Amino acid sequence: MNRITLNRIKDKGFLVTGIISTFIGLVLLLIFMADIFIEGAPRISWKFIVSLPSRIPERAGIYTAMMGSVWVLILTTIISFPIGVSAGIYLEEYAKQGRLSRLLEVNISNLAGVPSIIYGLLGLEIFARVMRLGSSVLAGSITLALLILPIIIVATRESIKAVPQSIRDASYALGASKWQTIYRQVLPASFGGILTGVILALSRAVGEAAPLIVVGALAYVPFAPRSPLDDFSILPIQIFNWISRPQHGFIVNAAAAIIILLIITFAMNGIAIYLRSRWQKRVSW
Amino acid sequence: MFTEAEIMDLIMTKDSKTEHLVNDIIDKPVEEHKITTKNVNVFYGDFKALKNISMKIRPFSVTALIGPSGCGKSTYLRVFNRMNDYINGFRLEGKVVIDGVNIYKDKIILEKLRKEVGMVFQKPNPFPKSIFDNVAYGLQIQGMKDKHFINERVETSLKKVVLWDEVKDDLKKNALALSGGQQQRLCIARTLAVEPNIILMDEPTSALDPISTGKIEELIFELKNEYTILIVTHNMQQAGRVSDRTAFFYLGELIEEGLTKNIFLNPKEERTENYITGRFG
Amino acid sequence: MIRTREQIIETFLLISAFITIFTTVGIILVLAIEAFKFFREVSVIEFFTSTEWTPLFTQKHYGILPLLSGTLLTSFIAILVALPIGLAIAIYLSEYAPKQFRTYVKPSLELLAAVPTVVYGFFALTVVTPFLQSFIPGMSGFNSLSAGFVMGIMIIPIVSSLSEDALNAVPASLREASYGMGSTRLQTAIKVTVPAASSGIVVSVILAISRAIGETMIVAIAAGQQPRFTINPLVPVETLTAYIVQVSLGDVQHNSVEYRTIFAAGITLFVFTFILNSVSHWLKNKYREKYE
Ligand SMILES: Nc1ncnc2c1ncn2[C@@H]1O[C@H](COP(=O)(O)OP(=O)(O)O)[C@@H](O)[C@H]1O
Ligand SMILES: [Mg+2]
Repeated sequence: MNRITLNRIKDKGFLVTGIISTFIGLVLLLIFMADIFIEGAPRISWKFIVSLPSRIPERAGIYTAMMGSVWVLILTTIISFPIGVSAGIYLEEYAKQGRLSRLLEVNISNLAGVPSIIYGLLGLEIFARVMRLGSSVLAGSITLALLILPIIIVATRESIKAVPQSIRDASYALGASKWQTIYRQVLPASFGGILTGVILALSRAVGEAAPLIVVGALAYVPFAPRSPLDDFSILPIQIFNWISRPQHGFIVNAAAAIIILLIITFAMNGIAIYLRSRWQKRVSW
Repeated sequence: MFTEAEIMDLIMTKDSKTEHLVNDIIDKPVEEHKITTKNVNVFYGDFKALKNISMKIRPFSVTALIGPSGCGKSTYLRVFNRMNDYINGFRLEGKVVIDGVNIYKDKIILEKLRKEVGMVFQKPNPFPKSIFDNVAYGLQIQGMKDKHFINERVETSLKKVVLWDEVKDDLKKNALALSGGQQQRLCIARTLAVEPNIILMDEPTSALDPISTGKIEELIFELKNEYTILIVTHNMQQAGRVSDRTAFFYLGELIEEGLTKNIFLNPKEERTENYITGRFG
Repeated sequence: MIRTREQIIETFLLISAFITIFTTVGIILVLAIEAFKFFREVSVIEFFTSTEWTPLFTQKHYGILPLLSGTLLTSFIAILVALPIGLAIAIYLSEYAPKQFRTYVKPSLELLAAVPTVVYGFFALTVVTPFLQSFIPGMSGFNSLSAGFVMGIMIIPIVSSLSEDALNAVPASLREASYGMGSTRLQTAIKVTVPAASSGIVVSVILAISRAIGETMIVAIAAGQQPRFTINPLVPVETLTAYIVQVSLGDVQHNSVEYRTIFAAGITLFVFTFILNSVSHWLKNKYREKYE
């Protein structure tokens, strides 16, 4: 009797532990965000967004870093989207079961586990130096594109896998070629899922600082990039730079810039989650 | 891509149809067969799914393929439009001749073959697109751009399957919103729109209610005038109602083939009789 | 003509897939070549045994141990945070919580991994460290404790999500058998489901460690930039990743030994994470076979 009561108490005790554990991370995150909000929100203004960097905290803004992030985001999308989706299609629809597809699969899952800073070393040596792109937006974007390629490929494969075979059969039976079937049936039916994966991958890219620091993105650039070959900074690097300064004014700036970065990241995640739920609803075969 | 002339050629030819205007040819011997299979063996890896099948199929007839589950009916049906090609480990021996062409040997273009040999599947499988786009799909992938022509073909196809009146005001509606029976008729219309000579149907009514089933059976009866039809069915009554000839498969073998009424009334083989009278299956 | 078009498309798709192979080959070549050049000038023995790492000083030492210990120390602290919390979440979600609840909680937890790491670094430096300093006298402004703690929060979802998947994969029959004998949910978890899902849980922990080892910005911001061979969590240390960042931010001549040190640090990092990822991969395949 006593033993049973004890076990039940332990059981209830763990229930409480479980609930606390589940929320502790989120609660801490909320506390952090509240702290950042209190510190940074008063600093946010239109002027803060459109001002150039400066040595005086009160005058400094995020314009160049923000534009750098936008450039990087666009170029990274242009590079990674077609390649990632194509590779996903190849693996799911064309690759025969065998050594080659095993190799590709193992390779992709290994790449997904390579630390982002290592991609930075690759970008520094190959794109910045060997290909002579320098520390340009383009070199940085190619680096980030390679970094998020595994995420896009996996998302593409999962979405394509969810398209029922019967749709393909019907298309083939009407005389469609393989590519016609993929292009006209499989891709439209899986596009929601692919897009979700791509947006999630890009939201990761927006927040990455380490690989771009290694490629040579600068902490201070006087102008926003005008071409893919220009020098650049990005929001996370600007934040990193401000955090490392001793003056309190820069810490405030960092908090304000973090609010902007978080809005961008959470907005992208939100869009992705929304797309996923809408897509799941629509496609109930 | 095809040239314009090739496309018109593809869409317009009805050669074998105009040559034989015979309708009830079932009892008369016919020299020219639409489809001939000779000593066909099919393997899935090491497993032999079809064993030495030889059979001849006449034009403008309905042939029912019956037999217990897993005996190879679907496999046999999919031999004719080479849909088995996508299965890993699939291998075929023997000859499959359609309109004088060995479809596994001679240089054939799969896409053209499937334009000639349409297929309707067991479960209705409309594309997640509008009704119109479903029917127009076959023409579009052939590169047909003439809107007027496509509209007309969509309309005649939907009329043939007696769906036109039900959907004509709603052609933009998503096909997945139709009922199961309507979806299956749409799938048939989609097949007809490409103007095949042969239609393969793999248990086309097994997922449908009796009323929809009745409609589709009537339809098959109508279509016989223009097409050569092979239908797999589990339903003996259905085979009796719609088919001219019946082939009984068992464990990958073709046990018996003949006029439907002969197969049902006095089968030569005991296994056929047992199956038809419901002793196994 | 259809043929050639199809052929061209397939070739294009194949090349896209092969870009991932080129990436791997590129990474390995770049690291190997630069590290090779590095070891032509620095002795391998010094690299692995010296406890000083001072390539940027006039008195140069090239011992990787301080960077390695910094990396392992912060990662260890992170796991100390993430493992109990993540595992408790996984057990709670799989054994206690209603299904409905789980479908909302899982994506919310993923949010923890979606926050950019500079943001975590900021928390560690400006919130966690001052808070800890208020009752740990003598704690330095840069330290591995805050950095590791915050990193632990970040990797909770890796542990919880993969462990939960593993717990859920345990056949219901095992659970029912345990309940049938009068076990509580906690006893069932400890005696039956957790042991049965152990390889999956181990996989989640290994992946979390690998993620922590490769994490850069949090440690670069909050743990400091002083390579120090120590296990004291209260003093500044430097990790492999933070060192690479430190050099990248400065002006280092290409083709100099200093430049090559970041590749030497990089290949060390790469080898570690590669081994961890491969082990987790191998384990995952092994336990997948068990239930399928
Ligand atoms: N894709 C496949 N791979 C391997 N074996 C298959 C495959 N499809 C069918 N089979 C096997 O071939 C045999 C015939 O199948 P099928 O033609 O579908 O039979 P039926 O349509 O008469 O029920 C069955 O034993 C089945 O297990
Ligand atoms: Mg079948």
